[in-house]
Amino acid sequence: MSDLTQRERMQIPRQEMPAQDPGIRRGNFDEVALGFTEALARREAERCLQCARPECVEGCPVEVLIPQFIRALRDGDMIEAVRVMKVKNGLPAICGRVCPQEVQCEIKCVLAKKGEPVAIGRLERFVGDYELARRTCPLDCCEPSGKKVAIVGSGPAGLTCAVDLGREGHGVTIFESLHAPGGVLTYGIPEFRLPKSVVHGEIDYAVECLGIEIRTDHVIGRTLTLNELLEKFDAVFLGTGAGLPSFLRIPGINYNGVMSANEFLTRVNLMKGYRFPEYDTPVKVGKRVAVVGAGNVAMDAARCSLRLQTLRAQGTGENPGEVHIVYRRSRAEVPARAEEVHHAEEEGVIFDFLTNPVEIFGDEHGNVCGMRCIRMQLGEPDGSGRRRPIPIEGSEFDIEVDTVIFALGTSPNPLVFVDAEGLERTKWGTVVTDQETGRTTKPRVWAGGDVVTGAATVVSAMGAGKRAAADIHRFLMGEASW
Amino acid sequence: MYPILEKQVLSDVTKLIVVKAPQVARKAKAGQFVIVRIDEYGERIPLTVADYDREAGTITLIFQEVGKSTMHLGTLEAGDELATFVGPLGHATEIENYGTVVCVGGGVGIAPIFPIARALKEAGNYVISIIGARNKDLLFWEDRMRAVSDELIVCTDDGSHGRKALVTEPLKELLEERPGEIARVWAIGPGIMMKFVSLTTQPYKVPTIVSLNTIMIDGTGMCGGCRVLLEEGARFVCVDGPEFDAHKVDWDNLLARQQFYREEERLAVERWEHECRLEGVLREGGA
Ligand SMILES: Cc1cc2nc3c(=O)[nH]c(=O)nc-3n(C[C@H](O)[C@H](O)[C@H](O)COP(=O)(O)OP(=O)(O)OC[C@H]3O[C@@H](n4cnc5c(N)ncnc54)[C@H](O)[C@@H]3O)c2cc1C
Ligand code: FES
Repeated sequence: MSDLTQRERMQIPRQEMPAQDPGIRRGNFDEVALGFTEALARREAERCLQCARPECVEGCPVEVLIPQFIRALRDGDMIEAVRVMKVKNGLPAICGRVCPQEVQCEIKCVLAKKGEPVAIGRLERFVGDYELARRTCPLDCCEPSGKKVAIVGSGPAGLTCAVDLGREGHGVTIFESLHAPGGVLTYGIPEFRLPKSVVHGEIDYAVECLGIEIRTDHVIGRTLTLNELLEKFDAVFLGTGAGLPSFLRIPGINYNGVMSANEFLTRVNLMKGYRFPEYDTPVKVGKRVAVVGAGNVAMDAARCSLRLQTLRAQGTGENPGEVHIVYRRSRAEVPARAEEVHHAEEEGVIFDFLTNPVEIFGDEHGNVCGMRCIRMQLGEPDGSGRRRPIPIEGSEFDIEVDTVIFALGTSPNPLVFVDAEGLERTKWGTVVTDQETGRTTKPRVWAGGDVVTGAATVVSAMGAGKRAAADIHRFLMGEASW
Repeated sequence: MYPILEKQVLSDVTKLIVVKAPQVARKAKAGQFVIVRIDEYGERIPLTVADYDREAGTITLIFQEVGKSTMHLGTLEAGDELATFVGPLGHATEIENYGTVVCVGGGVGIAPIFPIARALKEAGNYVISIIGARNKDLLFWEDRMRAVSDELIVCTDDGSHGRKALVTEPLKELLEERPGEIARVWAIGPGIMMKFVSLTTQPYKVPTIVSLNTIMIDGTGMCGGCRVLLEEGARFVCVDGPEFDAHKVDWDNLLARQQFYREEERLAVERWEHECRLEGVLREGGA
C-alpha cells in the first residue's frame, strides 16, 4: 500500500482502537483499550503524510522522531520502528497509553486542521508493546565512565534520567521510598489504564540492559539524606514527584470514608486492594461516592470506585450504587485526558459541574453521611487563563454520600529536603531549577518532573529527566563546570 | 529481603523479632517506627522500634497479634525474610533532662516505651515507669523496664501480677502525691488507654506525649490515611508525629478512624485462620 497518493492517504479514516465494552469493563480491572492489531496499525500509519517539517515532533516534550517511526512501521520494518522510537523515548508502551496526545503531538498534526489527526499515541503504544513482547533492541551503553549518580525517585523523571545516564556508561543507583519502582505509574494510575506488567516490563528491561541498581525501601530524608548521597555520588538527581495530597479546608474532612485520591489509588493499585482478601490491604467504597476534582486523578478514582461497586454488587446482587465527579468549573475546563473523560462517562460516572463542597457531615459512628455543596458560576479568567469559579450565594444544597475522595492536586513531599541546606524552593514547595539544565541551587544536585513543576504529566517529567541527564553527563565528563 | 535473625515468644499473642536492616539500624532513634510488609500479598503495617543495635545492624520489633497481618508475622521464625522493611520513619522522641518524668506503657506499648524510658534515664531524668496489661501473661520486659527506671509500678487489670489496677490509677496517685514534681508524661498503648491517660493528666496540666498508632500505608506523608485531628487541624501521624501533645488530640475521632476497616479485618482473620487449619490438616494428613 506504500505507493498511495497524499489524497488517498487523507481519505483513510482514523482507525479506532478496540476496547472492552463499557458494560463489561466496569466489572473488572483489566485494560480498557486493547491496542491496535498489526493490520490496524499499518493502516493508521498509512495516514501519515510524512511532512518535511513535522510539527508533531515540536509538540512532543521528548521530541520522538514521529514521522520516521511511523514510516518504518508502515514499511513493516518493526525493528527499525523500535530503534527510532528508542532514540528519544525509553518508555513508549507507557507514553502511548497515558500521554495527553490530543494537546501535544496530535493537535499539531496537519491532518488535524481538516479532520482527524494521525493516532500517534496509539501507534506509539503499538511499537512499545511489540518491543516489550520481543525485546529486539536492547539499550546499549558506552564504556563505564567510573562516575556514580544517585537518582531519588523512580517515577518517569527519575527513570528517564537513569536510562540516559546509564547509556553514557555512568553507574546509576535509584533510591525509591516505596517497595516497588515506577512512581505514579505504579501507585497512582490503575491497572485498567496502564497494566502494571507494562510498567514493570519497561522498567526491568531498561534496568537489566543498563545495569542500573534500584534500591527500594529507601526514604531519602530518613533512611539516607541528600547530603549523605552527595558524599558517595558524583551527582544527584531529584525526581521525587509531587506526592503530597491536599484536602479542602472544610469541616468534616476527618470522618471515616473521607480520603485522598492518593490513599484510595495506592490501596487499589500499589497494594492491589481490589483483590482483597487475596491481597491483605482492604479498600472499600460505599454506594454513593463523590470524587472531588476532575483531573486524571479524579477520573481514575471515580472509575476504580465504579469497578469496586460493580464487583461488590456481582457478589451480593444488590444495586451497585453511584459515582459522582464533583467539579467547581464546567465541562470545558475539565483538565483530564479526553479519552479518560469519555471512558468514565461511558462506564456510568455522573458529572456534577459547577458544584463545590462546603461541608461534610458524619453520623454518630464518625462515618461520612452527607455533603453540603454550593453552586458555582464562571467569572473572568484568572491567572491560569481559565474562568474563575464564583460561588452563587444562597445556592447551597445537601447530597447524600458515604464516601468522599479528594482529587485536588498534590505538592512535593518535603521529606527529601531534610538535611539539604542550600536547596531553594518556591513558596509552593517546588524546587527551583534552571529550565534548560535542571540544575538546582545546590551544587551537584539536579531536579526534574513534578517536584519542579507541581503535578503535571508523565512525558513532561520524562523530558525534564532527559534534559537533566544531558547536563549531568556534560558535568561528569568535565565539559561543563558547576 | 530482610531476614529475621531471632524470634522470642513473649506471650501467646506477643512476639518479638530481631530483623537485619543495617540501613534502618544506622539511624533509628527512640520514638521512631518502621513499615513492614511480609510478602507480595502483605499490607504495609507500621511497628514502633522497640530496640536497635547499630553495630549488628538490627532492629527489634514487638507486636501483638491483633489482625491477620500480625498473626501471620507471628508465624514467621528466625531464617524467614520480610519483603519490605523501611525506616526509620517519623520524628524521634525529644529527649532532654526534664526532671522527674513518668513513662506509661500499656500492653504491647511496653515495647516502644522502653527505648524512650532508657533515653530519658540516660539524659539524667528521674524516671518513674508504669507498665500494665490485661493479665500476667501479656506482660513482658518487666526486668528491662526496671533496669532503666528509678521507680517501676506494675499493674494488671485482673490482679494476676503486680497491682490490680488500670495504669491510670497509679498515675493519678503520683500526680496527687507529688504536686508540681512531674514534668512530663509519656504514654504508649491502646488508643483507649492513651485517651484516659490524657484525661488523667489534663487537670494537672502536666505535658503529656502520646505515640499514635493510626492506620498507615506509605508512612511518608503520601496518602493521608494516618491523619489525626488536633485542636489546630488535621496532621499526618507518619510525618508530623508519631508523638503528639495528648491534650490536643481528638480522641473520639482517632478511635472511630481505627475502626474503619473492622469488617474487612474480621474477614481477613477468618480467612487466615481457615487457611491455617487447612494447612494443619494437610500436614497431619501427610505425616
Ligand atoms: C492518578 C494519577 C493519574 C495520572 N494520569 C496521568 C496521565 O494519564 N497522563 C499523564 O501524562 N500524567 C498523568 N498523571 C501525572 C503523572 O503521573 C506525573 O506527572 C508523573 O508521574 C510525574 O513523574 P515524576 O517522575 O516527577 O514523579 P512520580 O511519578 O511522582 O515519582 C516520584 C517517585 O519518587 C518517590 N519518592 C518521593 N519522595 C521520595 C524520597 N524522599 N525518597 C525516595 N523516593 C521518594 C515516590 O515514591 C515516587 O515513586 C497522573 C497522576 C496521577 C496521580
Ligand atoms: S501513612 Fe500515608 S500519609 Fe501517613
